[in-house]
Amino acid sequence: MLCQHCKKHEATTHVKTMINGKVTEYRLCPECAHELGYDNMFSDFSADFGGLLSSFFSNALPAISGAAHCEGCGSTLNDIKRTGKVGCADCYDTFFSELLPTIRSIHGNTEHKGKQPVIEYTVNEEEKKTDASAESPEDKIKTLRVELKQAIADENFERAAQLRDEIKELEG
Amino acid sequence: MSEAVVSTRIRLARNLKEYPFPIRLSADKAREIADKVGEALKDCGIKFHRIDLDAIPDTIRVAMIERHLVSPDFIDAQEGRAVYLSDDNTVSIMVNEEDHIRLQVIKDGFELNEAYALADQIDNILSKKLNFAFHKQFGYLTQCPTNLGTGMRASVMLHLPALEMSGAVNRIGANLSKLGLTMRGLYGESTKPAGAFFQLSNQVTLGISEKAAIDNLQNITTQLIAQEMRARETALSNIEVEDRIHRALGILKTARLMDHNEAMRLLSLVRLGVSEKKLESLSTDSIDTLLVEIQPASIMTKYGDDMSPRDRDIKRAEIIRTKFN
Repeated sequence: MLCQHCKKHEATTHVKTMINGKVTEYRLCPECAHELGYDNMFSDFSADFGGLLSSFFSNALPAISGAAHCEGCGSTLNDIKRTGKVGCADCYDTFFSELLPTIRSIHGNTEHKGKQPVIEYTVNEEEKKTDASAESPEDKIKTLRVELKQAIADENFERAAQLRDEIKELEG
Repeated sequence: MSEAVVSTRIRLARNLKEYPFPIRLSADKAREIADKVGEALKDCGIKFHRIDLDAIPDTIRVAMIERHLVSPDFIDAQEGRAVYLSDDNTVSIMVNEEDHIRLQVIKDGFELNEAYALADQIDNILSKKLNFAFHKQFGYLTQCPTNLGTGMRASVMLHLPALEMSGAVNRIGANLSKLGLTMRGLYGESTKPAGAFFQLSNQVTLGISEKAAIDNLQNITTQLIAQEMRARETALSNIEVEDRIHRALGILKTARLMDHNEAMRLLSLVRLGVSEKKLESLSTDSIDTLLVEIQPASIMTKYGDDMSPRDRDIKRAEIIRTKFN
């Protein structure tokens, strides 16, 4: 089959893209594939991640912004969207509800499982105790609300109903 | 079977709580972090030496990439960036790449659990001395949200010549993302997977424990190797493939000019022949060493910074001839 771009050479590259659920397929010759930037099939995900992440953000982020900038490093939400990079550890709390949908779309998950930092053992024990009760009901409700919003946006009504019940229970 | 796995790598991303992430970090603060990491490594029982990126020539920086000691991104900027290397080059700790700390352990062969155990041990030592940014919900905090959670990237470098010949490797690569894995070329961002060498690693870091991610990678790798071995049986019963392998050895033994791509392609064929006992030649270990020695910057650090591409092609052919004859 001939390349669909130049219509001159034999097509050797099969490109399949999915944008907003719409699948598009092309067959390209090596020259055109290179020109159009499709030669790098195994390219590093992170290399173009700024762009990719921005697209995640533009889809996932509601137009809300509680905090104008992060107290820790001065980053604004726009800075993070533009670069695809978070400014400091505090940003994750400052822009928690804005970042949460993005994080979910990247990992399919929002709760860490696995290792925790080893602090000196005595301290660690205390940390554990406070940690267990650390997530206040208010925090939990906040997280659940954001998840609820996302579930409704995704038309995942089963999950939404489940989240609504959880919130009700926490609110007492 | 393990010969299809060239090496194993574990990488952990960590940041210090009291400093902004590298994107917002001044050069002075960056150097401060590099010093702190050095201090924290002092009593860990492994000897490290520090290399400041702005103190070495470009060819050495690139040669470190070729040896997988640092990432291509790491050498894009130099100020305030440093790497701590263990004497045997098994452990490298990049400071101020995309995160404050990128701790990496590389082992030859298929050694995921061993590599993780070592990375975990060094991470524990560092975490007692440095205050790592950790979030009760998101786990280890990283500059890029793709690394949140464990901050761990586990990879195996695979040699899959038969799956590449049959074309199956593209289909497999596309399906791996459903399993939470990703497949790339030898140097991640390098333009093409050269010589049928691929890197397979976990994609997701949040919501999956280190152990679960490693077990998953281990299982899929094992299955992939089994497929490669079946494909090899078919491939090697084909006289044309056997012919290509023997011709490859002939060219490697005699050529006077050898560019990088050709060398990778031919060495890949010979590696296949050797591991399937179709050829009497160098061991796969020696070939793997050679695969690094013939990379452009590795040649230049050894034989002169001012070599033209043609000089390198001559030198490359010579290095290979000497090894094979």
